Amino acid sequence: MTTSIMIVGVGGQGSLLASKLLGRLLTDEGYDVKVSEVHGMSQRGGSVVTYVRYGDKVYSPVIGEGEADFIVSFEKLEAARWAGCLKEGGTIITNTQQIDPMPVITGAATYPEAVLNELTAKGVQITALDALSLAKEAGSAKAVNIVLMGVLAKSLDIPAETWLAAIENTVAPKFVEMNKKAFALGYGN
Amino acid sequence: MKKLLIGNEAVARGLYEGGADLVSSYPGTPSTEITEFLAKYDENEIKSEWAPNEKVAMEVAFGASLAGGRAVCCMKHVGLNVAADPLFTLSYTGVNGGLVICVADDPAMHSSQNEQDSRHYAIAAKLPMLEPADSAESYAFAKAAFELSEQFDTPVLLRMCTRIAHSQSIVEIGERMQVERKPYVKTPEKYIMMPGNAKKRHPVVEARMQKLAEYAETCPFNRAEYTGDGKIGIITSGTSYQYVREALGDSVAVLKIGMPHPLPQNLIRTFASKVEKLYVIEELDPVIETAVKAMGIDCVGKELFSIIGEFSQNTIAAAFGKETALGKLPDSAIPPRPPMMCAGCPHRGMYYTLAKKRVTVLGDIGCYTLGAVPPLCAVDSTLCMGASVSGVHGFNRLLGENSEGKTVAVIGDSTFMHSGVTGLINIAYNASNSTVIILDNSITGMTGHQHNPTTGYNIKGDPALAVDLESLCRSIGIKRVRVVDPYDLKACDVAVTEELAADEPSVIISRRPCVLLKTVKAKPALEVDPDKCRSCRRCMTLGCPAISFKGGKAVVDATLCVGCGVCKQLCAFDAFVGGNV
Repeated sequence: MTTSIMIVGVGGQGSLLASKLLGRLLTDEGYDVKVSEVHGMSQRGGSVVTYVRYGDKVYSPVIGEGEADFIVSFEKLEAARWAGCLKEGGTIITNTQQIDPMPVITGAATYPEAVLNELTAKGVQITALDALSLAKEAGSAKAVNIVLMGVLAKSLDIPAETWLAAIENTVAPKFVEMNKKAFALGYGN
Repeated sequence: MKKLLIGNEAVARGLYEGGADLVSSYPGTPSTEITEFLAKYDENEIKSEWAPNEKVAMEVAFGASLAGGRAVCCMKHVGLNVAADPLFTLSYTGVNGGLVICVADDPAMHSSQNEQDSRHYAIAAKLPMLEPADSAESYAFAKAAFELSEQFDTPVLLRMCTRIAHSQSIVEIGERMQVERKPYVKTPEKYIMMPGNAKKRHPVVEARMQKLAEYAETCPFNRAEYTGDGKIGIITSGTSYQYVREALGDSVAVLKIGMPHPLPQNLIRTFASKVEKLYVIEELDPVIETAVKAMGIDCVGKELFSIIGEFSQNTIAAAFGKETALGKLPDSAIPPRPPMMCAGCPHRGMYYTLAKKRVTVLGDIGCYTLGAVPPLCAVDSTLCMGASVSGVHGFNRLLGENSEGKTVAVIGDSTFMHSGVTGLINIAYNASNSTVIILDNSITGMTGHQHNPTTGYNIKGDPALAVDLESLCRSIGIKRVRVVDPYDLKACDVAVTEELAADEPSVIISRRPCVLLKTVKAKPALEVDPDKCRSCRRCMTLGCPAISFKGGKAVVDATLCVGCGVCKQLCAFDAFVGGNV
């Protein structure tokens, strides 16, 4: 039994730290783990996706259409872009923050504001929250990634203390307290 | 100790444990982190360097091998084109200390200009190649590669691909081997490749390939897994192996190839004889398939599995008629989100100037390729590292006065060091009236901030000699060399106008450090005074991600704006206020 989690967002939002945390945590829990990341050009403000898969034995590092148990999105439009990868009965956890892509900025396209409602109407399970405000409350707008990991933690069968220990092992010492607070705000949301 | 490592870190760990003495590389996605991780080890154990280009890197590694050490160079697939010259003759000389060449392919072109398959180099240069399928194999193959290199007196190619290089999986790491360096003994007939000696070395190369082909039969990296009922057998390698097992489980037999060149012919024949129907599943070109067919064995390959892009478990499942799940998508169109130049990117001011003046721009490889996308659309061509400078010369030689006054080459500082300077020598020597703009952001940007010979620091971040670009350009015969600040639109306009008008070759150095550098401090964000904004949308032509239009007026996203002030210079109504510019 393999669990598949996608972490999606806009290049520069900190998805690599989130996947590093998740990878560390799941490895420490004794699972076989694969994490596939994106480096290079698309990190410059483009749409980015990280795949995390764990279980007794994991072969493929990627997640295809209809395969993800969870999609954790740092931005609303990106949640919609990757929604097709969610499996029947899976859950999207998304930040409600809206970051306009260049075609929207230039006026060549419009941002589909109500896109999450469209998905909900089709029966897609969505947990949406203003993770940016919670991150700022924790002390840094950059902590959106850890706030969302806090929300995800509620759905995974791993105790919160184990997550907090993984945070201590993953982030730079001076940011540990801030990130623990961000995690707690997501977990308590 | 068990660790979760990306493939590239696993390669670095394997090379370290295998006794690497030196690494020299040029950064290139998806290969860069191998060298970055090697550079974290103590200089007394491994000497690590960024070279100006891949050819230099491979020749440095050759020198270290010749001297008796275990040497490494790493590059992306197109980097191997640059290093192909030493590669082919290194096959003839062989090695003294072990020599491992790591090359990372990029199927689906996540961060590349083409989708070439490096396995062809192994065949063409007559070299053994290893191809891991996860981080544990990346580690094990890298560690074993030096022994293989020394045993068969050959450089060894280690082929990575994006999904292996940038996927993390679990690795059981060990300790560094203590390897005694080999003595250097002058051996002209082995290392001086002039015709008389090379003629004697070619048969040695062919004999070595024979021995390697025999070794391939028992090489532990090739593995027949006789699962399933014998109806279907699949020959596969690299990341495709994982997709096959994910999609088909134990229902099929699999011959997993870890050494794609030379192939184990007997193993393949035996495997083929034990299954009813044989498939070859490999990303990119039909390299294994062609070899299997040449052996007279019938198999299904590229007629079912694309030659283009990456596979996934769904690709394999669908090809075998298995049902794959469908997800739900919203009805609204989802606008694409292409990568773009960052807010405050120093390249933007110069590109705005070139777009406004409708200059033809021969571009190059780096972050600044993003000047090609809307709304700037300022680039006319991007071919390979250095092609802007050589290309503008050819363009101007053909069109003369019709193009010289309105055509430029645009190239980054690292790319100029890589292979732009030779093109500039050509401009001076063959006297075209060409203008070259060096976008000097003081770092190798796209690959994630590596130092280069112009930055003043080495791979360890220690101070190093910095090439003086102005002096370099003058020394090769370019008399008109000027420096502008790309945040100053007026200065950019004057510089471009004057240098295009000049009746001789010229260089404009557009100099300002990358805003993502930790040493660059952001200035306070600007704001838009909505009473002053006349909705002319002129600021929108910059393509700055921090500026958007809401309710008919421009607005600045304070979380993205770094206060560069380029928009402020552009606005005819002084609507941009605040900041510190």
